[in-house]
Amino acid sequence: MTAVRPSSPVLLGMPALPTSPRGTGHLRGDESFPDAARRSLTDTQLRRNLGKATRTIRGKRAAVVAELPDWEALREAGRQLKVHTMAHLPDYLVQLEEAVTARGGVVHWARDAEEANRIVVDLVRAAGADEVVKVKSMATQEIALNEALEAAGIAAFETDLAELIVQLGHDKPSHILVPAIHRNRAEIREIFLREMADVDPELSDEPAALAAAARRHLRRKFLSAKVAVSGANFAVAETGTLAVVESEGNGRMCLTLPETLITVMGIEKLVPRAQDLEVFLQLLPRSSTGERMNPYTSMWTGVTPGDGPQAFHLVLLDNGRTAVLSDAQGRDALNCIRCSACLNVCPVYERAGGHAYGSVYPGPIGAILSPQLTGIEDNASLPYASSLCGACYDVCPVKIDIPSILVHLRAEHTETYAAEHRVPSAEATAMAAAAWVMRNPTRWTLALRSGRLGRVLGRRRGVIGEVPLPVASQWTATRDLSRPPQQTFRDWWAAEHASAAPEPDGPGADGPGADGSEGAP
Amino acid sequence: MSAREEVLARIRAAHAAAPPPDLPYATLARDYRTTSELDHEALVERLVDRLLDYKALVRRCSADELPDVVATALRERGVRRLVVPAGTEPRWLAGLADDVEVLADGPGPEQHLSVAALDGADGVFSACAVAVAETGTLVLDGSAGQGRRVTSLIPDYHLCVVLPGQVVADVPQAVRALDLTRPTTMISGPSATSDIELNRVEGVHGPRTLEVVVVEG
Ligand code: SF4
Repeated sequence: MTAVRPSSPVLLGMPALPTSPRGTGHLRGDESFPDAARRSLTDTQLRRNLGKATRTIRGKRAAVVAELPDWEALREAGRQLKVHTMAHLPDYLVQLEEAVTARGGVVHWARDAEEANRIVVDLVRAAGADEVVKVKSMATQEIALNEALEAAGIAAFETDLAELIVQLGHDKPSHILVPAIHRNRAEIREIFLREMADVDPELSDEPAALAAAARRHLRRKFLSAKVAVSGANFAVAETGTLAVVESEGNGRMCLTLPETLITVMGIEKLVPRAQDLEVFLQLLPRSSTGERMNPYTSMWTGVTPGDGPQAFHLVLLDNGRTAVLSDAQGRDALNCIRCSACLNVCPVYERAGGHAYGSVYPGPIGAILSPQLTGIEDNASLPYASSLCGACYDVCPVKIDIPSILVHLRAEHTETYAAEHRVPSAEATAMAAAAWVMRNPTRWTLALRSGRLGRVLGRRRGVIGEVPLPVASQWTATRDLSRPPQQTFRDWWAAEHASAAPEPDGPGADGPGADGSEGAP
Repeated sequence: MSAREEVLARIRAAHAAAPPPDLPYATLARDYRTTSELDHEALVERLVDRLLDYKALVRRCSADELPDVVATALRERGVRRLVVPAGTEPRWLAGLADDVEVLADGPGPEQHLSVAALDGADGVFSACAVAVAETGTLVLDGSAGQGRRVTSLIPDYHLCVVLPGQVVADVPQAVRALDLTRPTTMISGPSATSDIELNRVEGVHGPRTLEVVVVEG
């Protein structure tokens, strides 16, 4: 049975659109954000790994973005292209379907995670395979495809190095771009020694040696695989062209060597025309890894005789996306290109880590996307997992106003609970989450004084004000606050992290996963 | 209702519930750069600079010197078994030493090299369709001399020739010069990962070494 989104003011009199069903997929955590975060806060190794990683990528991103004098024009072009595409989604999806079909591909539609998994399982079986190689993909993590394949007796091999580390470690990804960022080299070596049958017992913990071990481990798999599963970063409606952005070449292996390629893609990944890729191929790598361009971008259109897989299947996934689309204030979350820039600037993510968000989509984008995909009642604490400092909005390559959507979702949450008279109240949840910022009085005062908070609160004054503001006033009423300096929280954060200079050793992290990773990318 | 009909109906219901702003395609903002003030020489300088920044090896030569430079690069790399895509300009490989075995990847499926043959090769030689100066990116689209996508992927060393007319300033110029419905691969430096403590390691699954010969003229 499909979980249904609570009635929302924008859907007056209309049946609510179905959200992602419970029981399948990785959009819901086992515990609330504050509880999960409290535990990860005590993990000093995690915080050190994360702090270093986010600082490094932040610095690289800032440097390569500064190289482009037209960055703001690109962001605006990206934003407008996405807004336009969402308004014409049915037309573009049908156009994509026609183009892919005309070029020898087969298009499948999936209402939700369960249906998508069933389609993929059937396709793998029909291809006569009992294993698949996988390119890192946020969409397939979202629907828990690996688990569904395993339940059907099909082994799924993650081929992105970080995903391999996560998979062999029986672990969960914690970052969109660098999913194993919570692991250090010693831990990775341990995992490889324990889980790779063919590994050299003398394996050192040098990154080059570990990467070489992964190369050997996967080489035969690549060269013999019959079926691959990927995500997609972009799909061109007009031509049916799909694009995957990556670094290691594992993506290229999966996209070109097997006989059958199955691509699972959220219905929001479209761009109207091939030329539009000129915008996103500039925005994505620079925002994501802080590189001018990721090492490899692959594009294919249907089936090309003699080059690459001769059977191509495209699975178009809803899984709550249409519910997001039905919210005028929240739907911009669908414009996300999974670059992960917002994670790397987020003070809350940097301390809490990706696992605390309980969803495959962590950080600021996760805080707005997951609750919308699942229905707010299933991820009620996530919209509070933010200080509303606005840094995520500033770095977002498609200008998603994450702070405003967070505030909107908090209001929706308050309304939902008010309507249902349920406990715990929104205020209690807000209080717990706000403890993040409030633990440091200066930080909180600055956050409140920043013009941004006033701006986002002002958007729906009277409704939203109920949540954060009483919390603040109650809190400040019982505490002495030092007089805040004439500096916004953003400025404070920037100054505090001024050490985030780019590292000198050239381009940085791994490419965004397919669809983030579609990830990635 | 089929899943297709249902998903499309849901989107229409979402649009009805919250009518989206309409920005006609023709009016979308495109104020970003699509032209460059750099002359050809400056573009080549930038391309070389960016290639080196990505840890690619770079050689520059005139058209006349190309066969010698290619042969020298292969010799210095110790390449004995070289994959050569269909449609490669024979003159470019005229300087090859006698002990280099040419593995020709033929034009039709019957003449394609097997995956095992590709895996056993030391390197691959290819042309490209376009090179992007601003990002140090080589674009291969599978046309003559560029090969099927796997040929530039499996051998551990990739030697790619860039001709003067193929250098463009930036991504928009490249995208506009290409037909993206061809099987297209954009390559920026060798295969790389930064998944282990963000240390960059060159060469995971793709070629560990990318060498580029930039022809000037
Ligand atoms: S929301 Fe975050 S991950 Fe998505 S495009 Fe914006 S910055 Fe990137």
